[in-house]
Amino acid sequence: MPGQSVGAVESQRAHFDQPLHLRSGGVLPAYDLVYETYGTLNVAKSNAILVCHALSGHHHVAGHYADQPQNIGWWDNIVGPGRPLDTDRFFIVGLNNLGGCHGSTGPSSTNPATGKPWGAEFPIVAVNDWVHAQARLADILGIDSWAAVMGGSLGGMQALRWSITYPERVRNAIVIAAAPKLSAQNIAFNDVARQAILTDPDFHGGNYYEHNTRPLRGLRLARMLGHITYLSDDQMGAKFGRELRNSAFSFGFDVEFEVESYLRYQGDKFAGYFDANTYLLMTKALDYFDPSREDDGNLNATMARSKANFLIASFTTDWRFTPARSKEIVAALLANGRNVSYAEIDLNFGHDSFLMEDAHYHAVVDAYLRNIKL
Amino acid sequence: MTHTLGRPDFELIAGWIEPGHRVLDLGCGDGTLLKHLIDLRGVQGVGVEIDDANVLAAIKNGINVIQGNLERGLDEFADQAFDHVVLSRTLQTVRHTEGILREMLRVGREAVVSFPNFAYWKNLRSVIDGRMPVSEDLPYQWYDSPNVRFFTLLDFEDLCNKMGLIIRERSVLDEEGNPVTSEVNFLGSLAVYRLTQTR
Repeated sequence: MPGQSVGAVESQRAHFDQPLHLRSGGVLPAYDLVYETYGTLNVAKSNAILVCHALSGHHHVAGHYADQPQNIGWWDNIVGPGRPLDTDRFFIVGLNNLGGCHGSTGPSSTNPATGKPWGAEFPIVAVNDWVHAQARLADILGIDSWAAVMGGSLGGMQALRWSITYPERVRNAIVIAAAPKLSAQNIAFNDVARQAILTDPDFHGGNYYEHNTRPLRGLRLARMLGHITYLSDDQMGAKFGRELRNSAFSFGFDVEFEVESYLRYQGDKFAGYFDANTYLLMTKALDYFDPSREDDGNLNATMARSKANFLIASFTTDWRFTPARSKEIVAALLANGRNVSYAEIDLNFGHDSFLMEDAHYHAVVDAYLRNIKL
Repeated sequence: MTHTLGRPDFELIAGWIEPGHRVLDLGCGDGTLLKHLIDLRGVQGVGVEIDDANVLAAIKNGINVIQGNLERGLDEFADQAFDHVVLSRTLQTVRHTEGILREMLRVGREAVVSFPNFAYWKNLRSVIDGRMPVSEDLPYQWYDSPNVRFFTLLDFEDLCNKMGLIIRERSVLDEEGNPVTSEVNFLGSLAVYRLTQTR
């Protein structure tokens, strides 16, 4: 891989006392956000890039922890000296969103009012709430305007939302493998995932922490389902085909096909570290995301409020958020005469392509970022 | 399809475009023409390009480029969003000839189309000599040519007539890029047209 890793990194924590009024009507009286930064903020504070995470992501975008060399950031392949998000030039910020389970205030955090975990009491958060919280983090870091806000999938939706909510504070938005809103099919998948969690007997209405248990079965199923939708049919075929773990059929319900083994492993691994309430919140944030709702569904009118320049990218094999969905965003930007480039990248990894290291994909992001004036 | 600076049809096209106009370049390659128009005439430009390497090159050039296939239409562009829609040396590579011409005049006030003339005398001589033509404006062998439509100035003007397109202006060039004013269908290697349609 060209370029270098940012090396050992450390997480930081910011505490916010000013209440955050949420789109759902809820209020968070105070909250913490954990974040990481890579590179150096320049004197003009004009070289900052915010990287927003997707459904299961967090603040550990790049590098590793000194005491955990194997714990490498989720988008390490694109961040570092000589990589597209070049830390010799840019100051990169990643954070864990509100409602998360990696250190920022979320359902598994202690609710100061009760001294118990928030659990089901944690308010529903929307993408725009995250953007407001991220803006407060930017205030603390002294960043008036981001050189770029970028992300893939749900992260791309945050970049898009930034350009609408804070047009003066985003000079470029890089929106990858995203959509202007979810389709019925997208919502349907999310609801099956939620039902798996909500109907797990260990869910206890979201207050499983007090029962010293976790809805692992539901969370595992949710992840297995989600994982299928992140991959392409071709890729699964190439990787697993109809390969059996043993040479013959066993005519039972235990693991037989390699693809079953893989999915169960992924489900177990995920259920081992992720919080089910966070999963519920993240999928609802996806479902509710639709900035054009403020303009009676007219995305052109919504994007008229943006001022940023845009790079929009999609992947040919992504059937969760297809290239056509990205092109809806492109069309709305073109209708407003915004500066926009759109790349449709031929990669075989389905929705997950946005996390992959591909020479052309990374060259496109690199070329776009190199032309940003700081 | 890659543009080279100083191409004679670029000079012509640039001369037809007024400062500040909105220009869409279909098959924009690495964005050379748009960059030229933006730098020299202050136009607002967008390109469409199918090829990965060209999309990357256009982004490097700081051009707004939309990756897409002209055969599938221009759905992401609104009606009459541009003053000029340019299709430079690309019409002969497009299967849906009528479709793309209609789309150009849906999204733009004016279409600017350049293409190689297959009836150029050197091309005719090649065929009489028993060989498919290879020239400055037809720089491919028969087996690697992206061209799928083979037509002449007269053929193109017949199609415009059939489609009700109005030819506002026509310039014809020889292989060296010099203007041709007589016997254009025989002496012209490359033709550049400005088209509109009545609304």
